[in-house]
Amino acid sequence: MMEASSTHQQPALIVNDVVKRFNVASIPWWKRLRPDHQNGHSSDDQAANGSGSSLKAKRGKEIITAVDHVSFTVQPREIFGVLGPNGSGKSTLIRLLSTLLIPDEGTVTVFGLDVVKHEMQVKRLINRVSVEASFFKKLSAQENLLYGARLYGLSGKVADQKARDILKRLGLRENSYTEPMEEMSRGMQQKVAITRAFLTEPTVLLLDEPNTGLDPRSKMEVQTFVRELRDVHNATILITTHDMYEADTICDRVAIMHDGKIVAMDTPAALKQQVKRNGHEPTLEDVFMTLTGEALIEKEADAADLEPEKV
Amino acid sequence: MILRGIQGEMRQSYAFVARNFNLVKRYWGWEVVWMAYSIADSLAVTFIGAGVGEITGQTQIDTNFMITYLLIGTLVWRFLSSIFHNISEMIAWERWEGTIEYTFMAPVRRFNQMIGQTFFAILYSLIFTVILGVTVATFFDLDLSDADLLSALILLLVGSLSFVGIGMVASILPLLYPERGAQMTNIVQAFFLLVSGIYYPVTVLPEWLQVLSKISPATYVLEGMRAALLPETAKSDPLTYVVPLLIMGLVMLPLGIHLFQRAERYTKRTGKLKRNG
Ligand SMILES: Nc1ncnc2c1ncn2[C@@H]1O[C@H](COP(=O)(O)OP(=O)(O)OP(=O)(O)O)[C@@H](O)[C@H]1O
Ligand SMILES: [Mg+2]
Repeated sequence: MMEASSTHQQPALIVNDVVKRFNVASIPWWKRLRPDHQNGHSSDDQAANGSGSSLKAKRGKEIITAVDHVSFTVQPREIFGVLGPNGSGKSTLIRLLSTLLIPDEGTVTVFGLDVVKHEMQVKRLINRVSVEASFFKKLSAQENLLYGARLYGLSGKVADQKARDILKRLGLRENSYTEPMEEMSRGMQQKVAITRAFLTEPTVLLLDEPNTGLDPRSKMEVQTFVRELRDVHNATILITTHDMYEADTICDRVAIMHDGKIVAMDTPAALKQQVKRNGHEPTLEDVFMTLTGEALIEKEADAADLEPEKV
Repeated sequence: MILRGIQGEMRQSYAFVARNFNLVKRYWGWEVVWMAYSIADSLAVTFIGAGVGEITGQTQIDTNFMITYLLIGTLVWRFLSSIFHNISEMIAWERWEGTIEYTFMAPVRRFNQMIGQTFFAILYSLIFTVILGVTVATFFDLDLSDADLLSALILLLVGSLSFVGIGMVASILPLLYPERGAQMTNIVQAFFLLVSGIYYPVTVLPEWLQVLSKISPATYVLEGMRAALLPETAKSDPLTYVVPLLIMGLVMLPLGIHLFQRAERYTKRTGKLKRNG
């Protein structure tokens, strides 16, 4: 499958031991002074209660480790899936790759360019589709898309033609194109969001649950499109999804995240092999259930001798 | 190659101009309301000038002078605060619409973004202020035959540069404080209204406030505008006010971009950019 030329090519993405933490809403100091909050207060500098190793109380601030020492490499023209339960850190990982977040530890490189040091060059190579469509609600699809495309240096004329072609393939009615976005359904807006990313022909395409709200036919069309971007435009794709069937069919390799960590990474076939038990042919859903479920049990087991800081 | 590069960068700046005019077009109802409000507000201020004689019972007062004095104040203030608003609200607006991550993810230098936003802000504010001024002026019988309109325009344009810079600094607030930031920019604006001598000479202010009025670019725009449009009272040539305004613009613009970029980095470190999803 790999071409001869790709042997001396550098990887499309290298994520090296990346950590991202967030401070989330602290308990206000006047509440912490109240006697019924003394318990929470005294847990400073200790691993917090049973809700997970990723939660630490520090001067009333809670720190969430959304991405916890994650490493992986994605080769050019690979379709790489990231699966995991809600809140496992998938979107945070994608934001780190798209220069919207700066990692606390570790490095991320896109075709050898560091996302922090060479931010502008990296930005030219990537684009992203996120769960929420994110448009100027009163502007039409056309106005939104031309704005987006011009930011990437495309001319309005070229972008307009391309946008019409892509939206036609995704099955958006012609007259919706010039209507305000707020008049569109959720799925229609998502199609425009996908078009916004495809328009700029990114070398690395980051898809964060791109198919949310799409009907089965549109879903298939997006998958065909993703493959085509890879086959025709040599794009590298990183996709997160909650649709195990989709992941199984389009991904070359899949990483499963749980609590900010990657708990497994391999081809879908190999992952299924891993959880194979007495005769029954496992699906990727079985893999997901087993790996994210087991991790939960393991963690509870060693929650007792948990140390707050690991150097 | 280089030419294509420049074309690409100009398209980026143009993206903001086109987008903002599209927003004006699509939210035209707001524009009408805002124009009506501004007309009423400017008229209310200008009528104070018309009434001064009656209020004080003194007949010697040059009513026409008072009217022009206040009209200049209200129009210049509308113009400068419109520039300030357009720039300082760009972040709050994109947060509200939810597009901010897409604008920040695009390979656009903040400088190019600012060029586009500035071009739009000046053009929009000029059109707005001209419509406003013409409408309000029809209520009064004004004589502007001695007025130096060219100097007035130059002062207005040079003065707007500083306000773009100040607007950029103020736009950091909604970046850092997703909930309250937008309201905080109103405080910045109220401060300029107080110290810049919009409706009165700054000399009537307490001394410690006069110090602040010296660092407000609006003070120089207003004194210059009055020198240009009310030449009989001018202390100096209107164009002498261009120099301090140019200096302030040259300081405020790079400072605005620099502080903005620092704030942007901070939000990317702390995850304050996104709100949902
Ligand atoms: N900007 C932020 N500020 C604070 N906390 C954040 C921020 N972004 C993410 N988090 C937290 O980090 C954790 C991981 O969130 P993330 O959005 O990456 O999960 P996800 O795997 O994409 O989940 P989902 O499947 O629901 O989309 C969550 O606990 C979330 O609350
Ligand atoms: Mg997510």
